[in-house]
Amino acid sequence: MSGVFSATRAKISERTLRTDRWWLQPAITVAVLVSFIIYATFRAFESKYYFAEPLISPFYSPCLTSTCPEGASLLGKPFGTVALFGMAISPALFILIFPLGFRLTCYYYRKAYYRSFWQSPPACAVAEPHSTYTGETKAPLILQNGHRYFFFAGLVFNVLLTIDAFLAFRNEEGHWGHMSVGTLVLLTNATLLWLYSASCHTCRHTIGGRLRHFSKHPVRYKLWTWVSILNHKHPTFAWISLFGVALADVYVRAVASGSITNFYFF
Amino acid sequence: MSDSTKTVKLRIWRGDSTDGALQDVEVEANEGEVVLDVIHRVQATQMSDLAVRWNCKAGKCGSCSMEINGKPRLACMTRMNMFEEGETVTITPLRAFPVIRDLVTDVSFNYKKAMEIPAFQPPAELKAGEYRMEQIDVERSQEFRKCIECFLCQDTCHVIRDHEENKKSFAGPRFFIRIAELDMHPLDQLRNRKRTAQEEHGLGMCNITKCCTEVCPEHIRITDNAIIPMKERVVDVKYDPVAWLGSKIFKREGIL
Repeated sequence: MSGVFSATRAKISERTLRTDRWWLQPAITVAVLVSFIIYATFRAFESKYYFAEPLISPFYSPCLTSTCPEGASLLGKPFGTVALFGMAISPALFILIFPLGFRLTCYYYRKAYYRSFWQSPPACAVAEPHSTYTGETKAPLILQNGHRYFFFAGLVFNVLLTIDAFLAFRNEEGHWGHMSVGTLVLLTNATLLWLYSASCHTCRHTIGGRLRHFSKHPVRYKLWTWVSILNHKHPTFAWISLFGVALADVYVRAVASGSITNFYFF
Repeated sequence: MSDSTKTVKLRIWRGDSTDGALQDVEVEANEGEVVLDVIHRVQATQMSDLAVRWNCKAGKCGSCSMEINGKPRLACMTRMNMFEEGETVTITPLRAFPVIRDLVTDVSFNYKKAMEIPAFQPPAELKAGEYRMEQIDVERSQEFRKCIECFLCQDTCHVIRDHEENKKSFAGPRFFIRIAELDMHPLDQLRNRKRTAQEEHGLGMCNITKCCTEVCPEHIRITDNAIIPMKERVVDVKYDPVAWLGSKIFKREGIL
């Protein structure tokens, strides 16, 4: 017997004596993340309805294979056509590892899924079900230390998705000076992703957290104080940017499949 | 009994390292009282040999740490009016440490860990009284100086709460803020605190699930301001080849 049931600890048979609904938060986290994973997997493999001039789904941008429609390939088509078992691999699968890796190694999401999926611990002062624990000291979890590389990759994607949003100030014929609901959707998505990245703990460290003498670096100190304010809200930005990506994709899919018409304000 | 006095139901764990059980008791509670007041009334009227550690009754000494309805809390800072009418309040000793008797635990693990962390090392050329620092350089460290050593963070940390065997290799959140405080200190000269945090004090065991932050009565943002910044500093010196190369080429003091 280990942990709270160790020989020297107070003899209490319950794994927790908490009386509040401590299981609710991990249960909601599982429900939301599983829903997102199912939807994102479906969309990543669907390989259609991701582009409707001038809108492109964030799951498919940048579109890098030769199956991408003209106008969707901001960076060209360097991958050509890659097939597996006679079927072309979805262009989403070439790029999703980067935003996925950024969220998977994110300090906030780590808390969320360690608690809710791995139950380590399920909630504070609730005994976990595992007999041993080594934390992030061994493979594969030691790879969490690579978060900063995904952070920088995420910045590249933020730039590309921001460009996508600006390209959406065109109409379906490619003329500039127009704005639709889709423009707002992509702009909101890009803004939320920038807030999520800017509030990241690695961003805070890179901007100024690594310094020992703030007084010698007044500009970086000022930036660090701003990032620190955003950092308080990092969990919020993590969730709403996740919803933002999914909803932006839902909207583009609905337009591309012909379910709805992209309404133009002007 | 006046209107502002009511009877409350408690379940208090009584026992020692060999055995023990929760015992039901009813006691009066006056308006404005905290759990520690009520425990003292139980001690004065019904259980004269009830063992409880306390001192300042003001949330500043960190002595009266215990678990109240399963949550690590200071008894002197937990008001009785936060519980529902008729609710039975369960009070136990800290469950991460060996129990001595009743609500008193042996927290000497923490003092051993404290001794394992090298003290502040000032510049050799400065004498005491000659240290000069700018406020913005020390304010990060000052947040961590608010710690009252109640060890609620240590108690709730699942790394040692749920795994006794990890105690030998894991210092715990209270000492990660101590290491962060020194590593961020503008005058500290010891340069290997990042490596030793990972290799000797078990920083890598922490999976940042933030329970330490949730229970801290001083509201120190342990995870966001100490543990995660230290994890990032460890990456600089141990896991990021680009940062390591940069430190060699530019001799950057900040990440050494």
